[in-house]
Amino acid sequence: MKRFNKLASLTAVALATATMAMSGGAQAQSDPLKVGFVYVGPIGDHGWSYEHNQGRLALEKEFGDKVQTTFVEKVPEGADAQRVINQLATSGHDLIFTTSFGYMNPTLRVAKNHPDVHFEHATGFKRDKNVATYSGRFYEGRHVAGLIAGKMTKTNTIGYVASFPIPEVIRGINAVAIAARSVNPDVKIKVVWVSSWFDPGKEADAAKTMIDQGVDIIMQHTDSPAPIQVAESRGVWAVGQASNMSAFGSKAHLTAIIDNWSPYYVARTKAVLDKTWDSTDTWGGFKSGMVQMAPYNEAIPADVVALAETARKGIIDGSVHPFAGPIKDQSGKIVVPAGEVASDGMLLGMDFYVEGVDGKIPN
Amino acid sequence: MIDFVVLVLLTIITASTPLVFAAIGEIVVEKAGVLNLGVEGMMIVGAIGAFAVAVTTGDATLAILAGALSGLVLAFIFGFLTLYLLSNQVATGLALTLFGIGFSALLGNGFVGQTYGGLPHLDIPILSDLPIVGQLIFGQDILVYLSVVSAIGVTWFLGRTRWGLAVRAVGENHDAAHSIGFSVALIRMGAVLFGGAMAGLGGAYLSLAHTPLWVENMTAGRGWIALALVVFASWKPWRAFFGAYLFGGITIIQLHAQGFGLDVPSQILSMLPYLATIVVLVLISRDDSRLRLSAPACLGRSFHASG
Repeated sequence: MKRFNKLASLTAVALATATMAMSGGAQAQSDPLKVGFVYVGPIGDHGWSYEHNQGRLALEKEFGDKVQTTFVEKVPEGADAQRVINQLATSGHDLIFTTSFGYMNPTLRVAKNHPDVHFEHATGFKRDKNVATYSGRFYEGRHVAGLIAGKMTKTNTIGYVASFPIPEVIRGINAVAIAARSVNPDVKIKVVWVSSWFDPGKEADAAKTMIDQGVDIIMQHTDSPAPIQVAESRGVWAVGQASNMSAFGSKAHLTAIIDNWSPYYVARTKAVLDKTWDSTDTWGGFKSGMVQMAPYNEAIPADVVALAETARKGIIDGSVHPFAGPIKDQSGKIVVPAGEVASDGMLLGMDFYVEGVDGKIPN
Repeated sequence: MIDFVVLVLLTIITASTPLVFAAIGEIVVEKAGVLNLGVEGMMIVGAIGAFAVAVTTGDATLAILAGALSGLVLAFIFGFLTLYLLSNQVATGLALTLFGIGFSALLGNGFVGQTYGGLPHLDIPILSDLPIVGQLIFGQDILVYLSVVSAIGVTWFLGRTRWGLAVRAVGENHDAAHSIGFSVALIRMGAVLFGGAMAGLGGAYLSLAHTPLWVENMTAGRGWIALALVVFASWKPWRAFFGAYLFGGITIIQLHAQGFGLDVPSQILSMLPYLATIVVLVLISRDDSRLRLSAPACLGRSFHASG
């Protein structure tokens, strides 16, 4: 009953927001390019959806009245998403960014019926003639964060507030484990799944739980700043997710992995305006600026900052790879031999924990 | 080990308290025969109301009052529409939730990213220094005590007072209650306002104590859980209180099980609070005839004196 009600209410919210956002500016003189955005969270989440919305604002700044943007926030993944995307497509949007993994199939289905509309789906792996995909190599940021965490932990336990067991999230956990253990072989990673991208209360409870179990660094792959705040009040370290979260815990905030979508959104919109848009697959990292690190906490010793910066520069020039062999899975079996690095295919389909991560992947 | 158990229990208390407020409030509303599905909306408006006042004035008491008042104002809208303009309660309640979520986002615009130090703990002298139970029972913040007091108070009010009887009478048979001179609309309005204030307090607890910050949608469905608790607790305040703690408790314990690397799929663990709460509450309320007795007979039905 609770699930049904929640779903019903979310549907109504999504539809109401969609209608409101769309009635906003249907009439314009010079026929600007209409660009639509679908967000999974509220734009005020200070994380994932917030950064996508920053990208939308960058578009408006860059192109002025040549573009007109629309966004629909808090759209649940699944059937509702398809309705919202479809409504954007039928209301004259030429370019639609769907910014959550769960929008993958809805985006493809809508795209089939609207061959003239350009779709961009974030973090997915299925493309079509008019569906491009894009994502950030966030694991590069997690590698840097993992190095810092490995150096800073005193209890040798890092806690990870995780959302859903998809390759994207598992890859992040593994990147942290590999990096942290490369500087401190005794490190263990504890993972708690909260089965949500955004539930501040539950994220906070998960962080408290792990701190009670002896974790002294909290990392997260969920979108609210609540875990940072818990870390601050309990006097442990934390790493921010998606945007700079230091406002929520300036002492605890070691750094954050920042998603910077603006350059990509500007480039893709320009491509539609210039009629050079093509269905591509983009996976940008530090090098393209899609992934950035927030300023390091002043409490981090200079040699650790130097270590982190060396790794970041190494990733940019290609001399460092976060998934360089030898990499062992939990059973000790070598999955990436020494001298090799994990292929993008392996990274995209990652469904195993590496050595040093506690517990099993829920399946 | 004992210290660890105390820490776990402390987390359970914070996870359960918002549900206690919202569920106890809704019980009074439903006992009066009104089904207000706007709990989630009232909670979230209470959360931003309390947080906004906390950040601007720094006064915890004012903030708590603001939370209750915000929920109450929203409840007044609901009460006016359903009790005086006789609009459909289900539709109005759903609309109230939608409105609350959107309106709180609007109000909260300037407060995203701000932080508040959290509610002060009322350490009761001497007692709070006791080992184990000290912090657990005598070192909580005012809202936790208030939630316990409200559960006891509502049980007493509904079962032992004349006005409680009036509330129940209006919920059981509004025509009869009207014929003996009770003002159905007024009594129901009182119950609705109380429910709104309680939901507002639940929201205030979230934004002042549980996660002292404001982010949109931060109640994340807790209002719906409270509504479900009311039904499964068969409209008994102490059962709803127990249900809220059961739900909060299992939520936290399953997180701990995951942290310890227990070999159970996390999806099953995540499901457990819902499943266990429903099963346990259905079991304790399984007596069919008693269930019929406890469900208010006029629940969700509009009343008009001419009718």
